Amino acid sequence: MTKWILMCALALAATVAGAREMSVQVRDGQLRNRASFLGTVTGSVAYGDRVEVGRSQAGWLEVVRAPSGATGWIHESALTPKRLVLGSGADDARIGASGEEVALAGKGFSKEVEAEYKKQNAKLDYKWVDRMLTFKIPDAELVRFLRQGGLGQ
Amino acid sequence: MSAKARSMWMKTAWVGAVAAAFAAMWAGTGCETMNQLTELGTSIAVATGDITTNEAESINRTTRAVTKTFEDITPEQEYYIGRTVAATVLLGYKPQSTSALNDYVNRVGQSLAQFSSRPETFGGYHFLVLDSDDINAFAAPGGLILVTRGLLQCCSTEDELAAVLAHEIGHVEKLHGLRAIKTGRLNSALTILAVEAGKNLGGEDLAEVTQAFDESINDITTTLMNSGYSRRLEYEADWAAVQILRKTGYEPGALVAMLENMAQNWNPSRHDFAATHPPPQDRIDQLRRRGVASSKATQAARQKRFDAVRKWI
Repeated sequence: MTKWILMCALALAATVAGAREMSVQVRDGQLRNRASFLGTVTGSVAYGDRVEVGRSQAGWLEVVRAPSGATGWIHESALTPKRLVLGSGADDARIGASGEEVALAGKGFSKEVEAEYKKQNAKLDYKWVDRMLTFKIPDAELVRFLRQGGLGQ
Repeated sequence: MSAKARSMWMKTAWVGAVAAAFAAMWAGTGCETMNQLTELGTSIAVATGDITTNEAESINRTTRAVTKTFEDITPEQEYYIGRTVAATVLLGYKPQSTSALNDYVNRVGQSLAQFSSRPETFGGYHFLVLDSDDINAFAAPGGLILVTRGLLQCCSTEDELAAVLAHEIGHVEKLHGLRAIKTGRLNSALTILAVEAGKNLGGEDLAEVTQAFDESINDITTTLMNSGYSRRLEYEADWAAVQILRKTGYEPGALVAMLENMAQNWNPSRHDFAATHPPPQDRIDQLRRRGVASSKATQAARQKRFDAVRKWI
């Protein structure tokens, strides 16, 4: 009996130490088959997704469970230990202001505040800002660009 | 400010006064100490019946938020700050609309960003060339990076262009833009969020958060366009650039080579990099002290594609 309890305790400790929950804090996150930007994309995660991570390697974390069912590696800068509260009105949103446990998605400096600011600053033009946000080189082309230049080895 | 928020502020002020009295007895108060003092103050206020336990917890929470400043800005909020900082920079500069040049600069820049210690931001890294002979560049928080033709003219190889972009990525990676927001600017916004987090912002609260946004944008753009970062932060961005160049496979000494080119065109009376950055020679000296020597080395394939876009620079 004692042995059984000890085994359960060890299994629980291993689970706690080996996997932890984190949230996706970027708009679109790519999961890859290895801990490198040069790895093949295996799936994607979205802003606010709660994921379970396991191993870590040189700044990358292995996502072992995601809402989409995909698994793979993602850079740690795409994740936060905080829980992202996506909707307003949630009870746990109130504790979010401490910034310690949860973060408020779409709150504070947001699209709503940008629109209000724009009303007060009519000269501001976001046309080129929006346009530059479309300047996104597809991953496969970036990899080709790097290889062509003898980079990213 | 709503009546509820005003009431919270008055109570916070009361507790603050208690905390300040303790702080006066305790020189060198840090954030953690301030939190502890506030919590002591609120516990006294609860004991004397001035505030309820729930109000005490709200005030403690608010103080923890207030004392954190820029670190509490989420990547999503950073993205919105960056958009408006970039739009403000574009009031004074015309974009270079040549697609081939912007495409090339984004290929180099987005490759570099993948090898930074912060490859992922909310909206990603995006680069835009500005049609100006000024020597200037602006790294808006979140990864919107604007660089003038004048600065690109200081580059004679792709490696040197990469060095320019890597320095700007270094500013984003180290959150230098957000650090330019003056202490206290975010207090009101964070307090409103502390009190009103569960609701959509109403008129007065929206106005107050927008005011905090306005002041934050102003702090950042004033720093980027007029006063510049401290030398320490510029050297930090240079060192981050060296790491990024090395990891990507570019020649780290290209940064020194680019700064040597820049020194040739340096005019201390101009309102561009000369007004916001340390003189190139000081940056070169710092890099040499850390073992980074000037290098013009590159590879033929890199030089070929750099030369192909040079006519637009």
